[in-house]
Amino acid sequence: MDAIEVRGLVVERGGRRVLHGIDCTVPTGSVTGLLGPSGGGKSTLLRAIVGVQRVAGGTVTVLGTPAGSAKLRHQVGYVTQAPSVYRDLTARGNARYFAAVAGVPPAAADEALRDVGLSGQADALVGRMSGGQAARVSLACALLGRPRLLVLDEPTVGLDPVLRRDLWALFGELAAAGTTLLISSHVMDEAGRCERLLLLRDGRIIADDTPAEILRSTGRDDLEGAFLRLIELSEGATTARTATGNPVTGTTTGVAR
Amino acid sequence: MTTRPMLATAARVLSQLRHDRRTVALLLVVPVALLILFKYVYQSAPPVFDRVGPIMLGLFPFVTMFLVTSIAMVRERTSGTLERLLTTPLRKFDLLAGYALAFGVLGLAQAGIAAAVALGPLGLTVSAGPAVVVTLAVINALLGMALGLFLSAFASTEFQAVQFLPAAVLPQVLLCGLLAPPEQMGVALRWASDVLPLTYAVDALTEARTASTVTAAMTADGLIVIGCIVAALALGAATLRRRTP
Repeated sequence: MDAIEVRGLVVERGGRRVLHGIDCTVPTGSVTGLLGPSGGGKSTLLRAIVGVQRVAGGTVTVLGTPAGSAKLRHQVGYVTQAPSVYRDLTARGNARYFAAVAGVPPAAADEALRDVGLSGQADALVGRMSGGQAARVSLACALLGRPRLLVLDEPTVGLDPVLRRDLWALFGELAAAGTTLLISSHVMDEAGRCERLLLLRDGRIIADDTPAEILRSTGRDDLEGAFLRLIELSEGATTARTATGNPVTGTTTGVAR
Repeated sequence: MTTRPMLATAARVLSQLRHDRRTVALLLVVPVALLILFKYVYQSAPPVFDRVGPIMLGLFPFVTMFLVTSIAMVRERTSGTLERLLTTPLRKFDLLAGYALAFGVLGLAQAGIAAAVALGPLGLTVSAGPAVVVTLAVINALLGMALGLFLSAFASTEFQAVQFLPAAVLPQVLLCGLLAPPEQMGVALRWASDVLPLTYAVDALTEARTASTVTAAMTADGLIVIGCIVAALALGAATLRRRTP
């Protein structure tokens, strides 16, 4: 079963269409990367999946129910791009509060801080932390209660390589334990760590496949090059409307539009 | 149904303030300082302080809680914490009740200290007793909180939220009977005075000065103000949209 199923999703913000009828799925228990340039609609798609985005059309089904349903609030953890935590509370204060809100014991708060490597800074005010530390506090607050789906908007921005590696290891452990993770990033070297990739550009999905298959079908040996090739193909497809059919061969879900 | 999310929200709001000691000190000390100032400005006309003092005890919590709540809510909206909370199991009621509890406690502390100084060293007399004044002051604190919470939905920055003080609070202060009794105002102003909740709060405080007990009129005034608090909170809840454009 797919943890997330998006069909024909259209979103308009400020009179401008930012998502043009998106179709994509995220399999349960996977780490799926949502890649693409900033301004391409990544955050908007994630907001629609957690049910905080007003949508103009289409459907978003999360864990079998419409996105934003009350029962999903116990099952979906969401981390926004800017750390959405209280700057005038300590890391532990934030984690304990969100633990109470999620209905999990206070001990879970300390555990979540340990998971993101912040046990040593638990009593520091978030406002005095670095951007990367504050982002990890925000992540810790989403881990509370072990949600079945984690939606993370650029969780590793500004982190040093060691921490990034550790967090990706944590994401892998969570997925191995059955959690579904959808992680946006604009860093291509993170794409290789995902089991599946969604490439979103100008409000359209231009690839939805495994990294290996994306490399194979584009004939490139690195994902950066593969994405450039996909972008060229998608632009060719939209401007020239070439009749060559699906530009990426060998996959059924390879290229949408 | 558990009270933990609501209590945790109240504790969180108070904990945020605890890390901002200067704000707490200002909230508690400034009303006392202004009462002392007021007393000595009108030293040559003691009846003015006697008449206005009880009203001022009720006005401070209203104004300060309005400001603190509207800015706290603008921060919740702009920092993304509100959006995050609305994706969690937290009910809107828990959030609003948590805020009300926290600012009710703060209003109680503020009004308690101000009343102790005013009724003690400053020699203000309130026939109905200090408990009545403090109760009315806490109700006013909650009124300020509820209005601030509702109006914060229309402010997208903290600067705008601050501007709602002269826009939404000062007209109420002018019309509530602090400066002149509403009966002496023109018809239009009297109607305006009649529909503003602060008028009833001030009416009750004025009555508490001379009445020896809690009168029916005071109770009615208090209930009207509580009704306005509930209405403002309901309007505020309607502005907490889970889905935004």
